[in-house]
Amino acid sequence: MKRIVLTLLLAVALPALADRLPLPADTPASYAAECGSCHLAYPPALLAAHDWRRVMAGLDNHFGSDAAVDGKKGAEIKSFLERHAGNAAKLGSAGDPPRISTTARFVRKHHEVPAKLWHDPRVKSAANCEACHRGAANGNYSEHDLALPGLKR
Amino acid sequence: MRAIPVLCLLLASVASHAETPQQIGQSYAAEAAARQAGFAPSAKRGETLFRQRFAHNDKMPACTSCHTDNPLNAGQHVATGKAIRPLAVAANGERLADQAKVEKWFGRNCKEVVGRACTPGEKADFVAFMSEVR
Repeated sequence: MKRIVLTLLLAVALPALADRLPLPADTPASYAAECGSCHLAYPPALLAAHDWRRVMAGLDNHFGSDAAVDGKKGAEIKSFLERHAGNAAKLGSAGDPPRISTTARFVRKHHEVPAKLWHDPRVKSAANCEACHRGAANGNYSEHDLALPGLKR
Repeated sequence: MRAIPVLCLLLASVASHAETPQQIGQSYAAEAAARQAGFAPSAKRGETLFRQRFAHNDKMPACTSCHTDNPLNAGQHVATGKAIRPLAVAANGERLADQAKVEKWFGRNCKEVVGRACTPGEKADFVAFMSEVR
């Protein structure tokens, strides 16, 4: 009986844990300032280390914007991203240029999102996690806490 | 002798870790006055710059593309959708409080929207507008 309860508890708790992606405790202030102004300061686990390296190498043309960071901060951010990068095999290819939203993990996690929602003016772009994941800035990506009514399950 | 005012300006610009909108505005105004005698910042010109549409970037032709027509309002990044807090000091006390940050964003945004670096005069005018708009 106890075992069943434990198994059930685990089954409930594990998916919830998987939706928690808080920024690591050693996140440098420069990461939020430099990478969290135009978009959410994404959890580093959402891209593999080699993809973060490609992102950091191309900041002068970052999806059409010049997001170049000075040398010292750039090195600090790059090493932070590499330290906490996700598992390349589990994430899948991020494409070229690397995009979190192209990885197989992201696509799988969002497969039930209707196409029109991505273009909703409140969402605008898959870069805008917070449009649906209200608690994204605090690392909460739970599918049970979504902002847009069309997404409620 | 002629080097002294230049040195003072240099020192002022290096040492200026300005913390108020007035200080930041004055620093840009001093830079502008060094290029153009008698320069005085104008909030009116700053507003014109804020609303001007440039033929450089289709997605963000003007400051207003992301910051809305009213700098007292929150904006939204036109590409990523991220919320942007108001630019006007009256609506957001954290604005114009860090010279290096202000300079960084003039650098990025002028290049992206205007298609060139903004002049010290334009920056002084823009800071005047954002400091005064109510």
